[in-house]
Amino acid sequence: MSDEATPTSPPPPAPIIRITRDPLDGAAIRALEDAVTTSGAGGVVTFTGVVRDNARGKRVRSLEYDAYPEMAESEMARIATEVARRWPESAIAMVHRIGPLAIGECSVAVVAACPHRAEAFEACRYAIDTLKASVPIWKKELYEDGQEWVEG
Amino acid sequence: MQVRIRYFAALREAIGAPEEEMELPDGATVAQARTLLAERRPELAKLLPACAVAINRSYAQPETPLSAGAELVFIPPLGGG
Repeated sequence: MSDEATPTSPPPPAPIIRITRDPLDGAAIRALEDAVTTSGAGGVVTFTGVVRDNARGKRVRSLEYDAYPEMAESEMARIATEVARRWPESAIAMVHRIGPLAIGECSVAVVAACPHRAEAFEACRYAIDTLKASVPIWKKELYEDGQEWVEG
Repeated sequence: MQVRIRYFAALREAIGAPEEEMELPDGATVAQARTLLAERRPELAKLLPACAVAINRSYAQPETPLSAGAELVFIPPLGGG
């Protein structure tokens, strides 16, 4: 009688965490998806935050993001550690762009790769929600007639 | 004791510099540092109450004491994501 071991997948890759001034374009996001997806991942969920043209009843011309880079990275690493604890076998990438951003550009990408889709959605949602609540990054809205650092 | 204060976002725009060294009483707490900073840098006084605080890149409470050489950052309301 043969005794087949349960097939195992390769371990998920280490978290990808970055603050960048480089554009988060389609190629960059695909590269993140490729980097976190190993053969054991059945569900990959990507969230991209995009600069929109209005906020608080005003037309927005563009945004600027600033960060406390060393602490932003350590707080994102803390989030990644918690993702690994809550969803073992998950892989996560969290990349936030800083500097000036135009309408339609991507400010943040979070990619979660997990064995199944339920965890992938949950892990991705948890990561972006917690990023917004704890990572020292700030956003300035530029309008036709002024500019303002805004919360949220 | 000397601490290194770094400024970002609205605070950096208000003060016009990315950082400064500041002399504080030995064992000053975060709350005491906030009060002293508001007195010495009136251009920041309106912004400081809404700020969280980090010491050496970790969030700190008002009663946390500072040590010599600490990196102190007042963190305005977050806007990441």
